[in-house]
Amino acid sequence: MSAPDREKLRVLMMAALDGEISPGDAEELEQGLAADGDLRQEWESMKRVKEVTGEMGFRKPPEEVWGRYWTSVYNRTERGIGWILASLGTIVLAGYAAWEIVQQILANSEIPLVIKLAIFAVALGGIILAVSVAREKFFIWRKDPYKEIER
Amino acid sequence: MRVLTAQPAGAGAESFVSEHLMAEPVERSDAVLVRRSQAGDTRAFGELVERYMRRAYYGALGLVGSPDDAMDLSQEAFARAFRFRDKLDPDRPFYAWLYQILRRLCFNFVRDRRNNRRKLTAAAPYLVGLASARHSGANPDKALERSEARRRVRAAIESLSDRDREVLVLKEFEGLRYREIAELVGIPIGTVMSRLYEARRRLAAALEERS
Repeated sequence: MSAPDREKLRVLMMAALDGEISPGDAEELEQGLAADGDLRQEWESMKRVKEVTGEMGFRKPPEEVWGRYWTSVYNRTERGIGWILASLGTIVLAGYAAWEIVQQILANSEIPLVIKLAIFAVALGGIILAVSVAREKFFIWRKDPYKEIER
Repeated sequence: MRVLTAQPAGAGAESFVSEHLMAEPVERSDAVLVRRSQAGDTRAFGELVERYMRRAYYGALGLVGSPDDAMDLSQEAFARAFRFRDKLDPDRPFYAWLYQILRRLCFNFVRDRRNNRRKLTAAAPYLVGLASARHSGANPDKALERSEARRRVRAAIESLSDRDREVLVLKEFEGLRYREIAELVGIPIGTVMSRLYEARRRLAAALEERS
């Protein structure tokens, strides 16, 4: 039996196990299994797997969790909005404060040049780090196999 | 950004939702609830949550294997769905859309767990023998053998790739048909079947090891 034929029969095995096989395909599978001992053995293994998984199920959580579920979702939604607003506000305020401080330091002639250069280095380093992290995130996103999934 | 307008907060939300649901016995369609949610009706969204919370939880559980994390991730999926509800086409199935958010969250979670080298340390297995299987038959040897088979299969399921495990769980433990799995996951039915084959082949190998 050719490899493509075997692949097709393997797919048909799944359909048969799950009760989604058509009568025509069932006949084809039966003939294939009769003609190929290895496939017949594989079929028996698959039936055993199906039997075992059929005896398994998810562990159920305590029933009371469902009574609290919507409340938890609601609170989470509310907090999400809170976090977004708080984060945006913090970023704007921190940026403004940093700009004001830097301006004052640079305008102050009593502060040594080396300190001013250090401030410049800190600011430049911060910008480089931010750009680097953003670029890395972008490349990870581009390679993310699930990025096509609509959020 | 739309700010919540209806009031449920804290413990009040529970009674608010349940009273509302009990007062309206006629089940509305998802599309109606989605439209109302988009118009700012938080109660309508609550009704969608009540309708799909179990399914979302078990969907997440199959992907991450930890009840606490599944609860957390399924709730986060609903919260995100609420935030992005304006993007939803009311005529598309709500759960299929929610599932896209959920599986992305779950896959990211599993990837982070793997990157941080954290093992799945569930206090108890999330897949268990069904009561009918545990109590059937009087032969203790046979029962032990079946229990061992379930343990091996459970371990093999946890070692499957995320994509194969997802399809297997949707088929075996959520009882979806191929067409439904294909729609949820966004793959052709042929791919559903080939992933199922690959997953079951590995489970069969795990069972074979025993003998």
